[in-house]
Amino acid sequence: MLKQIEGSFAVAEAIALCRPEVICAYPITPQTHIVERLSELVRTGDVGNCQYINVESEFAALSVAIGASAAGARAYTATSSQGLLFMAEAVYNASGLGLPIVMTIGNRAIGAPINIWNDHSDSMALRDAGWIQLYAETNQDAVDLHIQAFRLAEQLSVPVMVCEDGFILTHACEQVDMPDSEQVDSYLPPFEPVQVLDPAEPITMGAMVGPEAFTEVRYLAHHKHLRAIEVIPELSTEFEHIFGRNTGGLIEPYRSEDAETVIVALGSVVGTIKDVVDEMRDEGVSLGAVKVVSFRPFPLLALREALQNAKRVIVVEKCLADGLGGIVVGSVRMSLRGTSTPVYTIIAGLGGRAITKKSLRRAFNEAVADRLEDPHFLDLDWKVIDHELARSQEKRRSGPIAENILRELGLVGGKPV
Amino acid sequence: MVSAAEMLSVAAFIEGDHAQAFPSFGSERMGAPVVAFCRIDDKEIRLREPVMSPDALIVQDSTLLHQVDLFSGLDTRGYLLINTRRSYQDLGLGDYVTRFPPHHICTVAATEWAREFVGRPFPNAALLGAFAAVTYRVKLESVEAAIRRRFPGKLGEDNAAAAAKAYDSIRTN
Repeated sequence: MLKQIEGSFAVAEAIALCRPEVICAYPITPQTHIVERLSELVRTGDVGNCQYINVESEFAALSVAIGASAAGARAYTATSSQGLLFMAEAVYNASGLGLPIVMTIGNRAIGAPINIWNDHSDSMALRDAGWIQLYAETNQDAVDLHIQAFRLAEQLSVPVMVCEDGFILTHACEQVDMPDSEQVDSYLPPFEPVQVLDPAEPITMGAMVGPEAFTEVRYLAHHKHLRAIEVIPELSTEFEHIFGRNTGGLIEPYRSEDAETVIVALGSVVGTIKDVVDEMRDEGVSLGAVKVVSFRPFPLLALREALQNAKRVIVVEKCLADGLGGIVVGSVRMSLRGTSTPVYTIIAGLGGRAITKKSLRRAFNEAVADRLEDPHFLDLDWKVIDHELARSQEKRRSGPIAENILRELGLVGGKPV
Repeated sequence: MVSAAEMLSVAAFIEGDHAQAFPSFGSERMGAPVVAFCRIDDKEIRLREPVMSPDALIVQDSTLLHQVDLFSGLDTRGYLLINTRRSYQDLGLGDYVTRFPPHHICTVAATEWAREFVGRPFPNAALLGAFAAVTYRVKLESVEAAIRRRFPGKLGEDNAAAAAKAYDSIRTN
């Protein structure tokens, strides 16, 4: 049924349709509306046989999910930013133990400096923690990917993060085609665990493993992700048969087949990029885009195929590896290894800076002319950078950079130190 | 303001349009200056940038007029609605508003309508009624339906009445 609905509420209702048996979460902006709505849905009996457990921290939230999943329950949690970092140890445990937990990430920057706005620093920090990571472009994607995530997680016994841009998606009210419970029930069978803690049949989960077997255990985790490369498109196809929407999959090409320049991105910025592609195509620029839905596992071959006709590739990403540049671009280059296709990186949208069509067009035009520096920081204010660098050279005790810049910009009172 | 943008998006949705409403993300709290956006289109809205050149601007709190640059992106072919009982001259906008077609600008005493019909100074409903009257972009019935969806029961009826009053006061003038 079509609904005009806030993204967080749509996701909460989708989770409810997936009939989780245990939900435990700790609220953090911008994830809060999701777990608040879910607590209401559990209280009103709309999630069926489900226990909502209040915990004192994110570490506890995921630890409870781990316990619930190990006992054979379908378990769900959600977090953002510092919350994800706080549960980091449990994040590795969930994947290491092969527990099919589904977790929503309302993507938000990581401090310091403290910042509640959107970028991908949080989920990217844990990109190699053994979880599958799916990125939503729209709230429709977010709804559909969560339903597919439970199926994928349980089929392979691996945890899945569904990442959706904080505020930009979580707080946007837009049209979503909400599935009904018959559809979800026919797609998502009850959870049949491959391992379960049962006093009648004792097993050990999390046995200590030494050098004699650790590599083999780790390889098998890698193997699950390789299997996921095959399973994700199959589940997307099956989803389309039941729900009538082609969402999910590993990647989604957009006007890229014959494009000389192809932009690769993930998350909600892909929507803005599609608009720019249309506008620049109308002006005669040969441009296309590829949306990466599954970032882990990374679809090396599918992306390589999608980029095979490109003369150049531009990666737009909302994260930064200090001292290196982009994070996503490393995986994109890996998929192009052995080719001579130039790859440019655009770092954009950090800490919630708006990514505008105007700025993207300017950067894409520079890249098309092969004049773009790599990495390029979209809308970086060089005046502020140069000023702060010069100031910090003047004296040893130059003070905190964040506060100095806020003062320089007149956003807080007083003068820089 | 965030609720107003959402309700406007629901009104457009009811009419079969695509709509996207979102707040100026951040630490929203009662009393702080807040911007919310709404896009309406007859096709899917993919753009995620803030609205920088609005076709219509609704100013809920006229005390912000000379504190924040509210009009930077507003084209003079656009629409301007201000919640106030004062005149454009009193607001210091006498010269500015002459750039707009006269039927594109409007002051509406939305807070007063809200006090009268709802008993509380929340001007959203009356402003949306005025928006429908001035822009013709959504119908009053759709605005009323969106308000009732957001606020079930008497609160919704009272707000819908405030919207209708604001709408009628503009269309009959």
